[in-house]
Amino acid sequence: MSKQDIQNIWSVFKREFLSYFNSPVLYVIVVIFLLAAQGFNFMFGRFLEQGNASLTQAFFFWHPWIYIVLAPAVGMRLWSEEHRLGTIELLMTMPIAPWHAIIGKFLAAALVWCIALALTFPVVMTVFYLGDPDPGPIVSGYLASFLYAIGCLAVTSAVSAFTRSQVVCFIVSVAFCILLTLIGYPGIIDSLVKSLPASMESAVRFVAYLSFMDHFYDMTKGVVYPRDVLYFVSVIILGLLITGQALRAKRA
Amino acid sequence: MIQVENLRKEFGHKVAVDGVSFSVEKGEVLGFLGPNGAGKSTTMRMVTGYFRPTAGLIKVGGVDMLESPEEAKRSIGYLPENAPLYSDMTVASFLGFCAELRGLRGADKRKAIDRVLETCFLEGVRNQSVDTLSKGYKHRTCFAQSIIHDPDVLILDEPTDGLDPNQKHEVRNLIKRMGQNKAIVFSTHILEEVEAACSRAIIIDRGKVVADGTPNDLKQRGNMAVRVGVRGAAGSVIRAEIEKISGVHQIEPGASSDDQFTGRVLVTKGRKMADVAREVASLAAAKNWQLEELHQDEGKLDEVFRSITQSDVIP
Repeated sequence: MSKQDIQNIWSVFKREFLSYFNSPVLYVIVVIFLLAAQGFNFMFGRFLEQGNASLTQAFFFWHPWIYIVLAPAVGMRLWSEEHRLGTIELLMTMPIAPWHAIIGKFLAAALVWCIALALTFPVVMTVFYLGDPDPGPIVSGYLASFLYAIGCLAVTSAVSAFTRSQVVCFIVSVAFCILLTLIGYPGIIDSLVKSLPASMESAVRFVAYLSFMDHFYDMTKGVVYPRDVLYFVSVIILGLLITGQALRAKRA
Repeated sequence: MIQVENLRKEFGHKVAVDGVSFSVEKGEVLGFLGPNGAGKSTTMRMVTGYFRPTAGLIKVGGVDMLESPEEAKRSIGYLPENAPLYSDMTVASFLGFCAELRGLRGADKRKAIDRVLETCFLEGVRNQSVDTLSKGYKHRTCFAQSIIHDPDVLILDEPTDGLDPNQKHEVRNLIKRMGQNKAIVFSTHILEEVEAACSRAIIIDRGKVVADGTPNDLKQRGNMAVRVGVRGAAGSVIRAEIEKISGVHQIEPGASSDDQFTGRVLVTKGRKMADVAREVASLAAAKNWQLEELHQDEGKLDEVFRSITQSDVIP
């Protein structure tokens, strides 16, 4: 990457990131995220009752379900808004490469999630106050949670490149995120394996392997396999490549 | 500066632009005329590198747009149709963003912003959100964006659309002034604009160039006429006498009565209006009629426009 590339990405990133703070949507989403993350933690996760100084089961377990809805809400404006306002024509006639804009915008949305996750710090303080947790799984849990969020964002980025309607983008992205989450959900996989003939088992396991869930759990338990990180990185790269192709197709 | 050859664009089976060629040099202002849907915007979008042409060649400042788009785009300033803007930004921050993408940083960027704010009369709304601006201001903000890097080539898609008469006048003057050291292409369907600002005009219809020349050349394609008002005899008598003058092609009568005639005398192609006017004057003198009006009517651009383009209203 040349200096010019970085400067262009930085300019797009800065504009996109600041524009998040000009709209009330961001604040609403972050507040809902914090309420949901803490609510699930204390109510469904029984954070206090289980008497375990760890965030794995009570806290991170619920994050995918929150991201399914909230990550598309953050990402739906990425390209839909450009199409709707017509500013895509300005952006694409500037002397920058399309991937500068794609990466810059994606990083802006990713930073939003980084901030939202950072704002969950009270739960970390709580667990350290109440007990003596192992910090490893907490760090890896945050990493897993962040990768999950930006994985969903990459899916949303790709979908938003196809449509000028944020609503359509939101619904379709949520559907994709649900699909990518559910095909790896242990309960569903187990019942599928039981009901299908034994020869199909490897196929089911393979599909499950492609899901977000499969690569998320181990990491929240404190085991960071390079293959899991690589999986999320590939999902993101794929999502951004599809975004690029969709934008190209729109201009053809 | 701009060289376009045999440009063609198909959307599915529909051919939007069909073999358009033109070139624009520094110091030229090219008017792009045509009915709605003729392919003006599509052509401009291809020249600016937004659409990829199905076939053809585009060179801007000697750089091939299809081979090295980033470099070719550097020398172009573009005002898209409907002047799109990021509605959540202030005027200054929007211009700053565009300046950065154009490679201007630090003091250069600040200077460029100040310069275009002044050129486009936007100082008063510098820190106002784009959302809250009136249409004229929005349009000028987007226009300001197109000249922020002082480009050699300016491509403006309907730069005066939606402006009030004062603003239109201002933008036209701006185009004319900048046209002295830039190559400018602008599209419009307002014909007076072409006469006011262009050094050359192209008329495009159904994706093809149907006329190319100076506004005067184009006007020559229309009917030359002499407007006449004469009193002193019955309208029909005067008309009959005028018809005998050589060089008169046809007469479009206006209001006539028992003792006067008014109307337009169309001049045969290749004859001079002045000759016909002189003949009419001496005819009136000989017959002792009073000449009330005698005026050379140049061809009208909108007549030419109508005669060579097909309206999409009439099937």
